[in-house]
Amino acid sequence: MLRTEEMLLNVGPQHPSTHGVFRLVLKIDGEIIKEAKPVIGYLHRGTEKLAENLQYTQIIPYTDRMDYLAAMTNNYILVHAVETMMDIKIPDRAEYLRIITMELGRIASHLVWWGTYLLDIGATSPFLYAFREREMIINMLNEISGGRLTFNYMRVGGVKWDAPEGWIEKVKEFIPYMREQLEGYHQLVTGNEIFMNRVKGVGKYTKDDALNYSLSGANLRCTGEKWDLRKDEPYSIYDRFDFDVAVQEGGDAWSRYHVRMKEIEESLKILEQAARQFPSEGDILAKVPKIIKAPKGEAFVRIESPRGEIGCYIASDGKKEPYRLKFRRPSFYNLQILPKLLEGENIANLIAILGAIDIVLGEVDG
Amino acid sequence: MSGEKDLEQLKKEAAAKAKEAALAKMNAKQQGEAKEESPAEDMDLAKQKAAAAAKAKAAALAKQKAQEQGEGKEESPEENPDLAKQKAAAAAKAKAAAAAKAKQAGGAGDDEKAKAIAAAKAKAAAAAKAKAAAQAKQAGSAGGDDEKAKAIAAAKAKAAAAAKAKLAASGGAGGDDEKAKAIAAAKAKAAAAAAAKAKAAGTKAEAEPQEEKAPSVNQPYLDKYIKVIEENLGSDVLEDSYINNLSKEVPTLVAKADSYYKLAEFLKYNEQLGFEYLSELHGTDFETHMEVYVHLYSYKNRQSVALKVKIDRDEPVIDSLQPLWAGANWPECEAYDLLGIKFKGHPNLHRIMLGDDWVGHPLRKDYEPYDVEV
Repeated sequence: MLRTEEMLLNVGPQHPSTHGVFRLVLKIDGEIIKEAKPVIGYLHRGTEKLAENLQYTQIIPYTDRMDYLAAMTNNYILVHAVETMMDIKIPDRAEYLRIITMELGRIASHLVWWGTYLLDIGATSPFLYAFREREMIINMLNEISGGRLTFNYMRVGGVKWDAPEGWIEKVKEFIPYMREQLEGYHQLVTGNEIFMNRVKGVGKYTKDDALNYSLSGANLRCTGEKWDLRKDEPYSIYDRFDFDVAVQEGGDAWSRYHVRMKEIEESLKILEQAARQFPSEGDILAKVPKIIKAPKGEAFVRIESPRGEIGCYIASDGKKEPYRLKFRRPSFYNLQILPKLLEGENIANLIAILGAIDIVLGEVDG
Repeated sequence: MSGEKDLEQLKKEAAAKAKEAALAKMNAKQQGEAKEESPAEDMDLAKQKAAAAAKAKAAALAKQKAQEQGEGKEESPEENPDLAKQKAAAAAKAKAAAAAKAKQAGGAGDDEKAKAIAAAKAKAAAAAKAKAAAQAKQAGSAGGDDEKAKAIAAAKAKAAAAAKAKLAASGGAGGDDEKAKAIAAAKAKAAAAAAAKAKAAGTKAEAEPQEEKAPSVNQPYLDKYIKVIEENLGSDVLEDSYINNLSKEVPTLVAKADSYYKLAEFLKYNEQLGFEYLSELHGTDFETHMEVYVHLYSYKNRQSVALKVKIDRDEPVIDSLQPLWAGANWPECEAYDLLGIKFKGHPNLHRIMLGDDWVGHPLRKDYEPYDVEV
């Protein structure tokens, strides 16, 4: 009779499908995972400690490096927290620029996820398509902010740079193009039977699990919870746009795939409206003190990043540096459910499950 | 260059300080009130003060001072730049006193300092600072002395220091130095900074009455939570409760440490509350105590609540919320790793970010890096 025994398998920290430096210690019996122990912290840079000695504006570049695939939302959460504390009214033009850049960032982030996820589970060419479109977005963001990934674009009270001439037109042109490509993506991948077999029913959890494990973003919406901070606790000027919250009921990787694909569409809707409403002139920075000082007290605000609910807590003693700064990083929270999902799974599903959570290690480790 | 003069200066300053103290105490009070209430009062006060200073100055002055005085008088009807300077001077004085008394003036000083640095020659400033720091130990008011020393250094560089110091001692106090410096520094800059400050004060003044006049939309929720909690858990589980106006008016509950878990459990399972989602958990070192901040959300009722608990800093132990919300697992590990807060009942409390052999908890305010190479 065949006898099996448990063995330890180390995955990572340098493994392409972990999308960064993430390590998993697996206890496996044959091909079945008995226990998975995530090991994180390889990319911990002590942002929160560093921030205690930096002025608020100086902290913004550090936020770029947390979720480096969607740095605009990271920029925004910090300035949004400070603005909430200081009660600053943001000029309209700045708000529109913020929305447009953030939504472009969201699409870019989902494109990276789409491309790399399919690459992880064996489809090579979608990656190339996704990065082709993403490159266009990055070029646009580069043009407005001067950075391809680390934008350092937002400021307390507005944004750093105004849109260059013809920039909004480029965004407008991009929208129908992206819609067309998205259609192509669906034709290429969504109906593919091999793909469906790889993701349907894989990494499944219920809504109760999702809430219990503090999941957010697509990881929560895939279980049927219709919840999006842009819609339900509108910040900035999201209440001016008409868009839907992408929801699926399945709770598996397949549902998460659909949620993210739908979110690209919804982002395009927002972009379309924002580009149309974009004010032809106006300030891009509110009148704020030269040295930003959040009033004494504390605040915790949260917004919807591509990966879920990103939050920022500031405790201020009225100085120009925060007394304590803490980011609620969605990838960090979302990753917690991984050991539960992997238990009893076939090892071949490991990558399909991990990839569907959509983590960025810079954000996990903070 | 600056050594002897500094000694002289500091001596005079010490003399001036005694006299200034009484005045400054009063100023600080008024200043504090004025700041909270309205910028206008602040300006009146500054005007009076400036007038007094101007008189004292006019009594015995060098040529250069006369010129400055002339400038000052000319400008005062125009209000803005001169007033701003005077206001700045008033703020600086208030700060010195307040720092010595109650550490309350914190804010305004930094702009002041920046200006002073700009004006002072780098060397003079550095020397003055070092001496002032030494002196500050006696007086126990580092910030204020620093600033004054710098201001004096700046004035000295412009000469006519001795006469001025005497004058200052006789009534005008630090204001004259401040003024001279402010004039010497680019006027445009001073005006801009003052304008920014005025704006900051303006927004503050605006924000506060607003908060006071209308009770928060979340007030009924807070009242409801407290009512339900008191009905079921008794009246001694909460240390405090309020609406946090800085944080989008989130209802905030401060639990007593020994009923923290009980309260959290109640918040989750009570039907009327039903906070089934833990959005955020982290700790903060407030030096007097540690604090754990938890942000909960109820998807059922679409309501947020912030739960806080204060922990003894020397022995930071608190119940773990992991048994209630699985999502509290890693955040508690993070709080343990970076702040040293121990969570009782956590299944696997370990260093999640740093290496297992790391010494100390970096986010504690008294943290000293152990590894000299880092």
